This record gives sequence, structure tokens and C-alpha cells, in this order.
Amino acid sequence: METLNVLLMGFISVVLINNLVFTKFLGICPYLGVSGRIDMAFGMGLAVTFVVTLSGTLTWMIDNWILMQFGLEVTRYVCFILVIAGAVQLVEMYLRKFFPPLYDSFGIFLPLITTNCAILGLCLFLNLWEIDSLVEAVVRSFGAGIGFTMAICIMAGIRENLEMADVPVCLKGAPITLITAGLLTLAFMGFAGMIR
Amino acid sequence: MASNGEGTAGLYKDTLLAGLWRENPVFRLLLGMCPTLAVTAAVKPALTMGCCVIFVLVCSNIVVSLMRNLLRPHLRILMFTLTIATFVTIADLFLKAFQPEMSAALGPYVPLIIVNCIIICRAEACASKNGIAVSVIDAIGMGTGFTLILCALAGVRELLSTGKLFEASVMPDWFVPWAAMGMPVGAFVTLGLMLGLANIVTGKKD
Repeated sequence: METLNVLLMGFISVVLINNLVFTKFLGICPYLGVSGRIDMAFGMGLAVTFVVTLSGTLTWMIDNWILMQFGLEVTRYVCFILVIAGAVQLVEMYLRKFFPPLYDSFGIFLPLITTNCAILGLCLFLNLWEIDSLVEAVVRSFGAGIGFTMAICIMAGIRENLEMADVPVCLKGAPITLITAGLLTLAFMGFAGMIR
Repeated sequence: MASNGEGTAGLYKDTLLAGLWRENPVFRLLLGMCPTLAVTAAVKPALTMGCCVIFVLVCSNIVVSLMRNLLRPHLRILMFTLTIATFVTIADLFLKAFQPEMSAALGPYVPLIIVNCIIICRAEACASKNGIAVSVIDAIGMGTGFTLILCALAGVRELLSTGKLFEASVMPDWFVPWAAMGMPVGAFVTLGLMLGLANIVTGKKD
């Protein structure tokens, strides 16, 4: 029961309270670039969720079982980025072989995930939060992906309506998106008191 | 590339200016948003971050420019990322050793320079096609442009959220700090308004 409680708290915290997009400013580039249409945003979110869960788990294992055991923390960043690039490549090949339609719909986004800061950011945060069990690392990684998907879908929904709004010319495009994102983070600050 | 001395100097100047304003990474290309938003609560971390980015950008541009003829297309991005990761590790260790407080304040945003799109973009768009001299100048221009925007944004936010600049009080006594400016919302809204301002200045109409 105790473990379950910790896991659930960890999940909620990473989805709502420590949401990577809204409080840690990670993954802003796809968040601004892709979130024009809700179906594309959802696809991107799913791809990120998958890669982040996979690479979060793998990097946690490598970090705790290999690097820390042998005092190789210096090579942490190089290892992490290699694992992420490898995971993305693996997902890409797997999708291309077994789910061609899905692969086509992801298109350019898949390779771009390698340079999505949300993924490397989460791997680094897992280390910073001092997560000490594998299950918790998996749950938190998955939660981070869900949180990202949620953020990018909310934003896409707002932006679909923003098309019709009368925005001052100079604020069209990226500026108004940033301001909207700012207001969204304000709304998400309401969750801050939920845990502790 | 121009052959005579003056033409080369003109090209260098042009490359430098492109990074500072015309193709400014943040305002014009919308690259490197994550650190731009995350470290700009105060000027000092923003400046530190900017210097780290300049260092990594210059070093990785030099290395990429040197090995540009050896690269295979499909391994290109991987090699870029590995080069960048190496230099970021150097910068991170340097900060930890000589600026431990700054290193703690910046936290994971220093290693996150690895996935900063500006650096990969410059490696891809400039260093992998040009010689060392142009690559270095491009890196300095882009890095300085990035740092300037970072400091401008951080200056506005620090001034409004605490009434201080470089941790020294500059605002009159009656000034009430805007706490929201120090939070994520302040970062997003200020950057949005600054982009709008840049659009007015450059007279973007569409």
C-alpha cells in the first residue's frame, strides 16, 4: 500500500505539478512548433511518451547500475544522449517495419524527438530527484510523457480557436502562442498545493 | 567565398551581424527556447548560461568544421550530438569547480545545452559547409545574439520581480515587486511581448 501511494503521488506530481512543459520549460520547441493541429499534437505526444518511458528507464538503469557503480558519472551526458538517440532509432525502425501508416503520419517528428529537451531533461531530473527504485523511475517517466501529451493537446486545442481570433498583427504567430502558454502555466499553478 | 582580403572581411562582418540581429536565434529563428525561458529569472544565471552556450557553440563549430569532409550523412546528427555532449561536459565540470553556486542554480539546464537546437542548427547549417574562420565567427555572432536576448529578458524579469538588477536595488522605495514575473508565467508573457516588439521594429506585415 505504501509503495502504491508513493507511485501514485509520483505520477500525479510529474503530470500536474511538475509538468515538464509548464514548470520546467522543457520541450517548448515542439510545443510551439507542432501544436497547430490537435491530431498531430496527439501523435507527437504519443511518440514522445513512448520514447521518454523507454529512455527514462534505460538511462536510470545505466546510471544506477553501471555509471555510479564504477564512478563514471563524468560520461553521464554522453551516455544519456547516446541511449536516447538509440531509442529513437529503434522506435523508428520498429514502426517503419510493423506499422507503416503510423510511421508515415509521424513523419519528421520521430527523428526530431532526439533533440526534444523534455526527454534528456527527464533523464537528468530522475537523477536529481534521487529516485531509488526502478518501478518509480518507470512510472515517473511514463507520467512525464503523459504530462507532455496533455500540455501539447491543450495548446493545440486553444490554437485551433486562436486562428479565428482577432490578434494584433505584431503578435500573430509565435508571440501570442507564448502569451497563451504563459496564461496556461498560471492555470496549472493552481495544482501546486495538491501534494505537501 | 570571396578571394580578396576586403571581400573576406565583408563576409565575416556579414556573418557576425546575421547572428546578432538579422537571423537572431531567439527572435528570428525561434530556436533554443527552453533555456531562454528557464534561466532568465535573474541576470546572473542568464549571463552564465550565455557564456556556456558561446563556449560550446564555438568549440563544436570548430570540431564539426574540421571533420566536415569525413562525415557520412546518416551518422551526421549523431556525431554532432556527441561532439556537443563532450564540450557540454567540459563546461559543466568547469562550472562545478569554479562557480559551484551558479552550477547549483542552473541545475540540469547546463547539460540541456546538448539538445539546444541552436547548436545543432549551426553545426548543420553553417559549420558542416564552411571553413573554420567562418564557422567560428558565425558561432560568436549567434552565441552573442543569444546571450544578449537572454540578458535583456532576464533584466526585465529581475527588475520587475524583485526590483533589483545584478542583485543590487535600483527601483525606488514605492515599487511593489511583481512576484509573477519570477514564475514561469512571467517568462512566457515577457518573451511573447518582446517578440511582438521585435516584429513592430522590423515592420513585419503578414
